Amino acid sequence: MGILVVTGLSIVFIRDLFAVVILFGIYSLVSASFFVNLDAVDVALTEAAVGAGISTVLMLGTLALTSRREKKSSHGSTLPLMVVVVTGGALIYATLDMPYFSDPSDPIHHHVAPRYIQQSGEEIGVPNIVTSVLGSYRGFDTLGETVVIFAAGLGVLSLLGRFGKRPEIALPSPSMSHHLILRVIAKALIPLILLYGLYIQFHGDYGPGGGFQAGVIFAAAIILYAIIFSTESAQKVISPFVIHLLMSAGVLLFAGVGVVTMLLGGNFLGYNVLAHDPVHGQHYGILLIELGVGITVTSVMLSIFFDFSDRKRIRSIEEQ
Amino acid sequence: MNTFLGLYNYWIVIVLMMTGFYIVIAQGNLIKKVVGLNIFQTSVIILYVSMGKVKDGAAPILTDGIEIYSNPLPHVLMLTAIVVGVATTALALALIVRIYEDYGSIEEDDIHKQDGSF
Repeated sequence: MGILVVTGLSIVFIRDLFAVVILFGIYSLVSASFFVNLDAVDVALTEAAVGAGISTVLMLGTLALTSRREKKSSHGSTLPLMVVVVTGGALIYATLDMPYFSDPSDPIHHHVAPRYIQQSGEEIGVPNIVTSVLGSYRGFDTLGETVVIFAAGLGVLSLLGRFGKRPEIALPSPSMSHHLILRVIAKALIPLILLYGLYIQFHGDYGPGGGFQAGVIFAAAIILYAIIFSTESAQKVISPFVIHLLMSAGVLLFAGVGVVTMLLGGNFLGYNVLAHDPVHGQHYGILLIELGVGITVTSVMLSIFFDFSDRKRIRSIEEQ
Repeated sequence: MNTFLGLYNYWIVIVLMMTGFYIVIAQGNLIKKVVGLNIFQTSVIILYVSMGKVKDGAAPILTDGIEIYSNPLPHVLMLTAIVVGVATTALALALIVRIYEDYGSIEEDDIHKQDGSF
């Protein structure tokens, strides 16, 4: 926890934005290991993949497109500091009413949580309680989250991307393939990362993992390929058109499962009707929606990354 | 002493939250503001996950012979919040790139100056 605070505070004082972004990656990684301590293995996996991986890459991409140094702000820092101290004081005063850390008699542990812990084994048949809550009990929430991610992907696309036919871009995109070490290591690593992504995707019912984490890991593998062997060669493997198709296909798969369960006479996203045995139905349902989530997350992350990395070339075309 | 240990996590969360808040309101650089927002977000996530911890509990994956599990509900909510967070961060960064293209700067002061406000 100390490391977290130190990293956070140093972000305030450092003016070199590159260092700020790298420090933020460290901050995410430290908080991920802290989540493991708090038994939140799924959250830790997500934070490590997202915070330390994708966010850092995106922020570096933004730095490359804008400027690296931060100018000194003109207005003083006394007023904001006072606001912060007062708010912080009020919040600390409020914590005095909170139940103590890890106390089993907290109100939070006596609402729906006992039901999830005691019944989900029989009702859903999936050992990882987080997966069963995510996929089944709160499936509607998860659908909403997936749509939000999809919408954010669309937003970035409309801000930075290029719709319709893309003219052949003359400018070659930067690549690092002349670095022998990077090339060899990437070739060895990428299949393993992809395999690990698949494992996380389909083993999410039994261990930590699921569609969100797997999607991010999968995207990370392809982004690594794009960074080292240039964006163009990555887009030959998976073209922007396919990515945009997959973005919507994932959401449609998720919502489609809901519609099918309704047509079969159940509730929206009530998977019991999907098979003769309710527990089997739950298994199929969770597997399918996790697949939908994974597809959407992968393609949205890729789409966002390609929008950022192509921006420079698109800009030079627009200027012509 | 008991109060200190019992609430230590929450206090750290507040310190982090205020660090993020300070960056957002006091600093003019837009990328730094986004980093500040992310620190704020992480502190909220730590707050929720801390609340879900149960003493002597295990990670919420059903295993034979384990009776006490930590609360899985905050984990589910925060997991999705992280992924949605990165998606919205990407949107914010995309906006920053467009702002830079139009104004030639990502400093709040320069942008205000060009707009003639303040």
